[in-house]
Amino acid sequence: MTLIKQVFCITFGLALVVGQSAQAAEVVNVYSGRKEALIKPLLDAFSETTGIKVNLITGKADALLKRLQVEGSASPADLFITVDAGRLHRAKEAGVLKPMSLPGLEQRIPAALRDADGYWYGLTLRARPIIYAKERVDVAELSTYEALAGAAWDGRICLRSSQAVYNQSLVAATIDALGAAATQAWLEGMVNNLAKPPAGGDVDQLKAVAAGVCDVTIANTYYLGRLINSGKAKEQAIASQLAVFWPNQKGSGPLGRGAHFNVSGAGLTKYGKHPQQAQELLAYLASDEAQRWYADINNEYPVVPGVDVSATLVGFGSYKMDPIALQILGQNNRQAVQLMDRAGWR
Amino acid sequence: MLKRYGLSGFAVLVAALLSLPVLVILSYLVQADSALWQHLLDTVLADYLINSLLLLLGVGSGVLLLGVPTAWLTSMCSFPGRRWLSWALLLPLAVPAYIIAYTYTGLLDFAGPVQTWIRDITGLGYGDYWFFEIRSLGGAIIMMSLVLYPYVYLMARAAFLEQSVSSIEVGCSLGYSRWRAMWSLALPMARPAIVAGLSLALMETLADYGTVQYFGVSTFTTGIFRTFYGYGDTVAAAQLAASLLAFVILLVLLERYSRRRARYHSAAESRARADLIPLAGSKALLALAICLLPLLGGFVIPAAQLLLWAVFEAEPLGWDFVRLAWNSFSLAFLAAVVAVTLAVIIAYAQRARPSKPVRAVLAMPAFGYALPGTIIAIGVLIPLAWMDHRLIAFAQNLGWESPGLLLSGSLIALLFAYTVRFLAVALGSVQAGLDSIKPSLDQAGRSMGHSPLAILRKIHVPLLRSSVLTAALIVFVDVLKELPATLILRPFNFNTMAVRAYELASDERLVDAAPASIMIVLVGLIPVLLLHSSIARRRPH
Repeated sequence: MTLIKQVFCITFGLALVVGQSAQAAEVVNVYSGRKEALIKPLLDAFSETTGIKVNLITGKADALLKRLQVEGSASPADLFITVDAGRLHRAKEAGVLKPMSLPGLEQRIPAALRDADGYWYGLTLRARPIIYAKERVDVAELSTYEALAGAAWDGRICLRSSQAVYNQSLVAATIDALGAAATQAWLEGMVNNLAKPPAGGDVDQLKAVAAGVCDVTIANTYYLGRLINSGKAKEQAIASQLAVFWPNQKGSGPLGRGAHFNVSGAGLTKYGKHPQQAQELLAYLASDEAQRWYADINNEYPVVPGVDVSATLVGFGSYKMDPIALQILGQNNRQAVQLMDRAGWR
Repeated sequence: MLKRYGLSGFAVLVAALLSLPVLVILSYLVQADSALWQHLLDTVLADYLINSLLLLLGVGSGVLLLGVPTAWLTSMCSFPGRRWLSWALLLPLAVPAYIIAYTYTGLLDFAGPVQTWIRDITGLGYGDYWFFEIRSLGGAIIMMSLVLYPYVYLMARAAFLEQSVSSIEVGCSLGYSRWRAMWSLALPMARPAIVAGLSLALMETLADYGTVQYFGVSTFTTGIFRTFYGYGDTVAAAQLAASLLAFVILLVLLERYSRRRARYHSAAESRARADLIPLAGSKALLALAICLLPLLGGFVIPAAQLLLWAVFEAEPLGWDFVRLAWNSFSLAFLAAVVAVTLAVIIAYAQRARPSKPVRAVLAMPAFGYALPGTIIAIGVLIPLAWMDHRLIAFAQNLGWESPGLLLSGSLIALLFAYTVRFLAVALGSVQAGLDSIKPSLDQAGRSMGHSPLAILRKIHVPLLRSSVLTAALIVFVDVLKELPATLILRPFNFNTMAVRAYELASDERLVDAAPASIMIVLVGLIPVLLLHSSIARRRPH
């Protein structure tokens, strides 16, 4: 019996120690769909300059969104940060965000990169162009995303799974440009051209292209940037075989709409208890300092025009962006997943 | 009255509370959303079902093939290495399935060292030679079998060790050979234990998301998350999860029905140790090989690869790993104590031969094991947040300050989720222990005027000690590895090793995830080794 008593004493003690919650005079509570490594350093810098303590939970965006919904008016969260405009739109639709007109941010962030009603603001830009094997692909072969459905690419394409929200948003943008029927045909053609069934992440697709499994893929540029800047010779060797192609640049009309891009962003929560501090944090994330940090550390493009970017990003070249209003990605997301299901894109 | 029904009543209350998340998910079945279902039926649902069934079939065969022979060999035969193998075979339990998947992919995919080496020495290019595609259904089956077989091994070995020697000796005296006795007596007698281990492995398989998602295998579980994350449709996702649950309940009922009348405890008193069957020469080598295979595949190779990554390639973990390890450890400890305490209460109430409705209530919470952690987390959040809102309203009515989210925003939610998720594991072990205690002992205690509580304390606790310890240790390791529920339900600024490993791995930095992964494995080793010594003590050597 004494053993059992000891166990319960330890248990109770542990519960007390582990259960302590941090309280500070000025705080802001953040739910983040971005990984800790890609947000915490900025939050720490913010705390240092302002003295406002930041409490953080990271997790899968949709799960955090569900938590926000269930917690309702009692939710402690002040700011919801996530990647992908589709998710931000979903949060807006779910009624967990609060519209805020923030003149400072509106001035810095272009209108296409934030919600029209001020529910969320884009904080970094992420481009998703075509990436190809320099040795086996003649640049003249490449033109648009849509051309990847052609017979010339039979067995030469690697794609990440359609579970990836980046692919869902790419398809959502295409639906907006071409309509559902043409998008469906494009998806079917591209799935037909796959060299292997979709598996793994963006980096895995890049590795597959370098290893000769396939010749092209569609991937976010920061993954390539990470390989380029890696300290490991093996990863640098992979990156050296790859190059970025910016699709849909020529002409006007839907096929000349520009390359697909997306944002990471944030919005104030409806029931946040520290709106003032949350606004300060949001403004900080759009500051030159924070914008440059994302460019340097994770090779993401700044949303604020005129902020210097890293040599890696300059090396990818400049490109025309699809001017689509990003909330459309969210509106079309469900249909996009349905089309991908039908096309057999796993 | 209270003495007679006190414990059972309390058990029913506990079980009902623990069933809440499962019931919340099941309740979604009532809500209709036919449009999305029609689309799923037309396109992907058949694929999900077929892949899930194949996965179950494959992992089921895999864990039996790896778990039962090794359990038999290490408990009944003597061959060189038997002693250390009998605990080493538990080591894969400390390796999370998604981590072994990442590790083998790093080793075996086209860009990994093995295939690169093949290309370098042969001069062939990709596609010119055949190589096993690790990211496939077959790969997923192998990965999960390698880390889940210890459930079967553990339960089967305990059963073999606890079998009354006399029944086997009677078999032998009736002319059975040792091997014949195994097939005709020992195996059938161990069936409840083997099935318990198997169902744990299969439920874990159904709940897995990380491995199949990474391998691009569309199973029912990836389907749940596709509807959740892709369609943003919690209702349809919960409905899919509820169908999964219904399927599992059906399977469990079928198994129970198939052995409805059998009794598995021995009437004999003898617990004497049978002589081990000595193996020599090629037979001993074969036995050694059979036992080494799962150990190498499930632990040595992945752990070595992780260690190489962690030491030579990854960014060092930094001092906050102490905090991560402490968080993981204390959380796992708390969850193990809570889950096992509740499991003992429920298992004991089940033993008291309750009425059918009571039995159903008691059986309910164990099904949480078949649900993916994220779904459990939602099932936990909804009722706890509801209670929180009532509490807040209550406080405001009294003019007090709002207490905030006392339940859903604290570790209580996390511990609740772990208990629901892993109660089945604890129950399995405790029930197996209780099953081997003869009812006549209870009856004797009862006839001497002891209350059920006194019988529990004076007769069962001493006899159950090792089963309870086993249960606690398995829950400990499982919580250590658990990811999805931890991710959603954790309080602010609360990180664990599994969360750290996942964040790096899902950011496609597999190598940098290695130090945290190896830490999970190392901390997981402690209870696994304790587990061994607890089993070893069951039978005198």
